Amino acid sequence: MGQATSPPLLRMRGIVKQFPGVRALDGVDLEVRAGEVHCLLGQNGAGKSTLIKVLAGAHRPDQGEIELDGEPQRFADPTAAMRAGIATIYQELDLVAGLSVADNIFLGHERARWGFTRRGEGEKAARELMGRLGHPEIPPRREVGRLPAAGQQVVSMARALSHDARLIVMDEPSAALAHDEVENLFRIIRELTAAGVAVVYISHRLAEIREIGDRVTVLKDGRSVAGNLPARTTPTSQVVALMTGRDVEYAFPDPGEPADDRAEVLRVENLSLKGAFENVSFSIRGGEIVGLAGLVGAGRSEILETIYGARRPTSGRVLMEGRPVRPGDTGAAVRRGMGLAPEERKSQALLLNETVAANISLAGLGRYAKAGWLDRRREQADAHAQIEALDIRPADPRRQVKTLSGGNQQKVILARWLLNGRKLLILDEPTRGVDVGARAELYGVVRRLANQGIAVLLVSSEVPEVLGLADRVLVIREGHLIHEAPASELDESRVLNMIMEGSAL
Amino acid sequence: MSDATSLKKAPAPANGTRRVWQGMGEVRHVGLVVALVLLAIVGLITEPDNFATSSNVVGILALASTIGVITVGMTFVIIGGGIDLSVGALMALASVWATTVATQSYGPWVMALCAILVGAGAGLVNGLLISYGRLVPFIATLAMLVAARGLAQRMSDRKTQLIRPENDAIEALSTTKVLGLPLVVFIFAAVAVAGWVLLNRTTFGRRTFAVGGNPEAARLAGINIRRHTLALYALSGLCCGIAAIIIMARTTTGSSTHGDLYELDAIAAVIIGGTLLTGGRGTLLGSILGVLVFTLITNLFILNGLQTSDQLIAKGVIIVIAVLLQRRGLRTPT
Repeated sequence: MGQATSPPLLRMRGIVKQFPGVRALDGVDLEVRAGEVHCLLGQNGAGKSTLIKVLAGAHRPDQGEIELDGEPQRFADPTAAMRAGIATIYQELDLVAGLSVADNIFLGHERARWGFTRRGEGEKAARELMGRLGHPEIPPRREVGRLPAAGQQVVSMARALSHDARLIVMDEPSAALAHDEVENLFRIIRELTAAGVAVVYISHRLAEIREIGDRVTVLKDGRSVAGNLPARTTPTSQVVALMTGRDVEYAFPDPGEPADDRAEVLRVENLSLKGAFENVSFSIRGGEIVGLAGLVGAGRSEILETIYGARRPTSGRVLMEGRPVRPGDTGAAVRRGMGLAPEERKSQALLLNETVAANISLAGLGRYAKAGWLDRRREQADAHAQIEALDIRPADPRRQVKTLSGGNQQKVILARWLLNGRKLLILDEPTRGVDVGARAELYGVVRRLANQGIAVLLVSSEVPEVLGLADRVLVIREGHLIHEAPASELDESRVLNMIMEGSAL
Repeated sequence: MSDATSLKKAPAPANGTRRVWQGMGEVRHVGLVVALVLLAIVGLITEPDNFATSSNVVGILALASTIGVITVGMTFVIIGGGIDLSVGALMALASVWATTVATQSYGPWVMALCAILVGAGAGLVNGLLISYGRLVPFIATLAMLVAARGLAQRMSDRKTQLIRPENDAIEALSTTKVLGLPLVVFIFAAVAVAGWVLLNRTTFGRRTFAVGGNPEAARLAGINIRRHTLALYALSGLCCGIAAIIIMARTTTGSSTHGDLYELDAIAAVIIGGTLLTGGRGTLLGSILGVLVFTLITNLFILNGLQTSDQLIAKGVIIVIAVLLQRRGLRTPT
């Protein structure tokens, strides 16, 4: 525990980081004392990951000051931050699969003399670190790619410890860990802080923050909105209130008519995928928009992918219009009337250098072909009809897709599926990278499609989006469907409470 | 959670020999060794009088030494996540440059130095184009392949340049024998050993795996990826320069036609040696064994008087089988 009187070890003031089109950080202050566990809270996209990358020297801030022990710092690269005593455990594991445990731990600061590695020394130090982390059974020579996820997390921790850092940043370290592993993690954190090391701890699980944290800084939309909250005593409602509420309120379309009398389009029965989610059951009627809310890693994407046939479920089944769909076969899913607008639309859905018309017709080229020859005129005409129906701008079927804005690119993908008479549209993070003004328009399009009788399954990290657009909301936590209710009966803080109250302790 | 329980399980104690193999990181090469033995048996059966003679064995090793040295450099480049298509052309250029009238007038030492500098220099250009010019390695080294061959043709006027008698110290590398083996084989062995040490016992080697396996992780660990990539291509070029000395010694010529399609042989040897074309995984011993397998096949086909075309077909089949076997090996961890 840090004393209130001690000067801060780290002080970040007014940090601004601009990416093309996005102001990821817009004035963040962060103060961390030696020997404390400082928790960083905020919704997805609030800027937590960008902030710690600035701190680790991986991003250079556009504005703002960083002071370490009162000394102003400018980290040119990650090495500079490490030399200053800052070690970071990233959320996406930053390990090299083909190297051994010991090699990964000391990568970049190898135990070496004259460029020759001293393997015995490195392995001995690695073994000691693994022992200290409570995992003496992980051999230093084992290839990291052959370790399970939890083991890789331990290697990441060992790497941070190997730097003898004064400040260790942990970005959701518990996400890949089981219960007893989390207790082990906390034991290590307590050892570190007792030795005067400061820890910046990022987690979505409030229960963890109450157990291990000293103070909390809350980020929202790239700004720090609170910087000195006591971790144990601040009520959950206050934390959630700070994280929610937006400066820009989105305009959502009016909800649809109650769909009780319409035919069921999709039915998911006891669907399970080992290690990802369990016993998920729900159904969607024609004209209904159903939203999945949950944290990244809660199993949302896996559920979508399994329904669409990109993954094969361990048990359970998926039915379209009452008839089971062949599992693990995307071709079957498409034939039965499903369409997916994936999260990574640039890499997974669009041919960026091709025209709007070519992108729209891609999934149904057969209909324009006569003996292999494309009837380009009909292709253009159909594309034009979709451009008008969805209000794609600029309204030119011959334009390259990459010159369109994010929102209009998303509409091109929707148009592609509409042309093929979809019964179910699966939208994975449809507004990622779409600017605020264009979102409302996209919401309007989705609602119009639903009104035409299409069933829509929506996944979004942004709780307000799920609540505003969907008719019914399914809340997912750690692979389980924990709550289902009409969107009108839920509000943002209730949903956030449900998805964040961790069961890890 | 199942992850946690499997972690707690103690690893099965490895017995002595197995641990030694694993310690070298070369356990997966058993298949290649078996292939070599099988090929040798085929040789003994089909050509019992010619195959096991010392002159034939020496011939195989001498033949392997040129492509072998190039393969050492190629292994580094591919583990580091790149590819070098220019190796054959760089060797030709180095051999031509080292055998011009002007260079030859300075004597054999300068000729050897010239070959090495030309190779390393051109490799450095490759590296600059890729790491600082941000060209895709395939494109940059393809351009170098074409340009270096052109330059070699221009310098030599498309003629084969003979090494003059006063510089026969170069040829002596191939004719002088120590312990029954020509010196070029020792050059190959020295390059291979140096390469093995560099890859497995130095920070440079460790970082090569990191740069190829996960560039972002390498960057976050504080490794200068651009400088490292630059060094990898320069190293490959250096190996081409050394290979040029060997080819000059063996043929007593410098020529723009030397090393035609060597890039494909070198890449194939690296791949069947178990190195991932995507980078981050691989071994030098595997590459060397790959070279020996290919050379042995060539030798067997020549001894048996078979067509070169059949030889090419056999090589193609072997590449496919080797990669298929490796993929199975990757899926079932040892």
